[in-house]
Amino acid sequence: MNNALIIGQYVPGDSLVHRLDPRTKITIIFFFVFIVFLANNIASYTLLTVFALASMLTSRVPIRFIIKGLTPVWFLIVFTFILHLFVTKEGTVIAEFWIFEFYSGGLIQGIAISVRFFLLILVTSLLTLTTTPIEITDAIEDMLHPLNRFKFPVHELALMMSISLRFIPTLLQETDKISRAQASRGVDFKTGPVKDRIQAIVPLLVPLFVSAFKRAEELAMAMEARGYQGGEGRTKLRELKIERNDIFIFILFAFVIAGLFMTRTYG
Amino acid sequence: MDITFENVTYIYQQNTPFAHKAIQDLSFHIESGSIVAIIGHTGSGKSTLIQHLNGLSVPTEGEVRIGEYRLSQEHKPKDMKELRSRVGVVFQYPEHQLFEETVAKDIAFGPQNFGVPEAVIKERIKDVIPAVGLSESVLERSPFDLSGGQMRRVAIAGVLAVKPDVLVLDEPTAGLDPRGQKEIMDMFYRLHNEQDLTTVLVTHSMEDALKYADRILILNKGTKFMEGTPEEVFSQKEALQSVQLDVPEMVQFLNRFEEKFGQQIPFRNQSVEEIAQMIQQIIKELNQDE
Amino acid sequence: MRKKLVEFRNVSFRYGDEGPWVLKNCSFEIYENEWVAIIGHNGSGKSTIAKLLNGLLFPQEGEIIIDGKQVNEESIWNIRKEVGMVFQNPDNQFVGATVQDDVAFGMENRGVPREEMNKRISETLKAVRMQDYRLTEPHRLSGGQKQRVAIASVLAISPKVLILDEATAMLDPSGRKEIMETVGSIQDQRGLSLITITHDLQEVVQADRVIVMNNGELWKESTPREIFTQKEALRKIGLDVPFVAILTEELKHAGVHLGAAPLNHEELLEDLWTLHSRT
Ligand SMILES: Nc1ncnc2c1ncn2[C@@H]1O[C@H](COP(=O)(O)OP(=O)(O)OP(=O)(O)O)[C@@H](O)[C@H]1O
Ligand SMILES: Nc1ncnc2c1ncn2[C@@H]1O[C@H](COP(=O)(O)OP(=O)(O)OP(=O)(O)O)[C@@H](O)[C@H]1O
Ligand SMILES: [Mg+2]
Ligand SMILES: [Mg+2]
Repeated sequence: MNNALIIGQYVPGDSLVHRLDPRTKITIIFFFVFIVFLANNIASYTLLTVFALASMLTSRVPIRFIIKGLTPVWFLIVFTFILHLFVTKEGTVIAEFWIFEFYSGGLIQGIAISVRFFLLILVTSLLTLTTTPIEITDAIEDMLHPLNRFKFPVHELALMMSISLRFIPTLLQETDKISRAQASRGVDFKTGPVKDRIQAIVPLLVPLFVSAFKRAEELAMAMEARGYQGGEGRTKLRELKIERNDIFIFILFAFVIAGLFMTRTYG
Repeated sequence: MDITFENVTYIYQQNTPFAHKAIQDLSFHIESGSIVAIIGHTGSGKSTLIQHLNGLSVPTEGEVRIGEYRLSQEHKPKDMKELRSRVGVVFQYPEHQLFEETVAKDIAFGPQNFGVPEAVIKERIKDVIPAVGLSESVLERSPFDLSGGQMRRVAIAGVLAVKPDVLVLDEPTAGLDPRGQKEIMDMFYRLHNEQDLTTVLVTHSMEDALKYADRILILNKGTKFMEGTPEEVFSQKEALQSVQLDVPEMVQFLNRFEEKFGQQIPFRNQSVEEIAQMIQQIIKELNQDE
Repeated sequence: MRKKLVEFRNVSFRYGDEGPWVLKNCSFEIYENEWVAIIGHNGSGKSTIAKLLNGLLFPQEGEIIIDGKQVNEESIWNIRKEVGMVFQNPDNQFVGATVQDDVAFGMENRGVPREEMNKRISETLKAVRMQDYRLTEPHRLSGGQKQRVAIASVLAISPKVLILDEATAMLDPSGRKEIMETVGSIQDQRGLSLITITHDLQEVVQADRVIVMNNGELWKESTPREIFTQKEALRKIGLDVPFVAILTEELKHAGVHLGAAPLNHEELLEDLWTLHSRT
């Protein structure tokens, strides 16, 4: 039992965003990813930023969690900004430094691209922050349902996904345990030449595979013993329901899209 | 080697929202050459404690001393290898750590890592195989073709082949049948005596603690709840029950006997035979009185 | 007359066509509302019996009858509804993402409607005293709690036979006690036949009947009371007897002869008491 191993980065909560149907969230994010690329002036960017920030605040996920989740991409955002600043040679020169000249176009494009990037990351991580992996799996299964007609194993895929998610903490714990056992037998995972360190992986990986294999075998047996026969004729405990909130959000989002088309510049 | 814990606190994932204090202000001493049983219900910190004995964990606060080694935030030995070669740990379900193609190679793995010469390793394998109750015919077989009980013995042999001074055992008999349990425990007891080891035994079996341990340490929620000889500890039935632990069946029986017959048979870690004789005495006397 | 729920008729089994026989000509019967313990050394064939019982394996020789139906490829779907099984490793049988998903799994497989599922989830979780953990994820539960959920999952499809294959082996003593109390009270209420496979002598003592396996053969079948008088013979096949039986024997050596072999402390003390007040 290890409380530290939280699957993904789900932050439990009961906010409006948490309670939305996962399909609603996935659909909206899907469209958001496209319309972000349509924004092309201050007004349209502001509109989308307000939408994203409002969703973030509504979710009541602690800001520091979100910032922490974004750490790896801060670097990318800053990097794109600087890149644009240096290579774009449009507009007027606004500053000079050593051999470089900075153009207004570069600044504007740098900001635009970074904001776009930031919005994409923020909104997608909001999905994983407010939706349990299993809900996402359910939503995917449901949304891929039409593919069933083409003999695409939607149910099996979703089941496999949910089981893998379920076993991530278990396998992490197992890895921890085995590496401790091997460290006690004198394996050094942390120092020494790279070649040795790569070799040190073998005593970790072999037992891990053996155990994962055994787990899979036992799990398959336990599932069979409980009458599992594949997707046909199964009912489901989990129910996805579009409620008033979902409809409300869709309408709101429609307004955002309409607003975007009104504010963006054409030609 | 003497082992001392001085005000040890250990926190998992310190400075994160998930920080968890698994051991708190724990102090105790294990004398060189003794067998100490560590008991406590699930989650009480037994495995965490054990990891301090060979430097897998370093105390967040306080200090652990094992022989001449010191472990604390201020004194982290750079190389844990030497310590780990002197403290052998048999983890729970140790058969899960096997990975080599043959039993012989797996047993040799530990000694090799600690720089023992090949010729010496060969000798040690010869010694250790009969000691754990295996025959030499298994040496060239794959460890994965053996039965569960045999795999466990191979894993134990791998720890013993390092020739540690301290042997740490985390529930070494879990999952074995009664004979396997007895054989493994008797084997450790014999080795302990023959090789002058210091042995730390984590167990859920009060019977084993009573039978093999010189001293018992009881953990509850990461703190020391009780410490003493088996006689001292197991005479405190109520206190143990308050932390969801039982006393050995023999002690339970003696208590009930006293309730029913009004005659006390003091618990001194006697054999069943002695107890039977004492009961016989008491019944005889009671009958004469009437 | 008691209803016969399980019958093994001259069953022999081996893994693969070349392997050694793991079960040799085993025959036994188990009745409704009966608690049978199966004991035997590691590798004696206990788990194999359990897997044969609900069609995870099929015997090469002999036949297995559950509630009047022979176990074969066609009948397993129905057999598995009658025979529920809880395995040893708490982690490797937890299928669902949360407690309620896991309990639902077996019912989902059988197409139970959602309202009915919700009702039975509440009922069975209450029966194993896990009702407060409905939405908890498995990695936040202790081993004992996971095993109680596994039991609830099996109960949710109302089997007639419940098999526990070393279901308590990986738990600490208090976890064990809780599981056995839970199982005991469920058996009383539902009258199902209970088969426990275990190395824990305290569990064996509570059973109505014991089947002792040795090297794939049915070595003996009797009451715990009778079985545990055979200390030497049991030790020869890798087993042991409980403290009470050992003490009874030592008392006999000391000249204190008790009548029928006592099974637990109460009985032993009672016997001693009668002995003392009789003379
Ligand atoms: N890697 C880890 N990260 C965070 N918490 C942990 C970790 N390992 C253990 N814990 C927690 O520390 C506490 C003590 O755990 P420990 O494994 O030492 O208990 P134990 O006495 O060995 O229990 P058991 O009898 O179940 O083996 C528990 O509450 C556990 O959840
Ligand atoms: N999948 C398998 N393939 C081949 N042989 C097997 C397999 N499973 C078990 N066996 C063998 O069958 C025999 C009986 O095994 P079984 O698991 O029934 O024993 P058990 O009585 O349950 O033992 P334990 O007390 O260790 O659980 C053993 O010799 C074992 O090695
Ligand atoms: Mg532990
Ligand atoms: Mg088994």
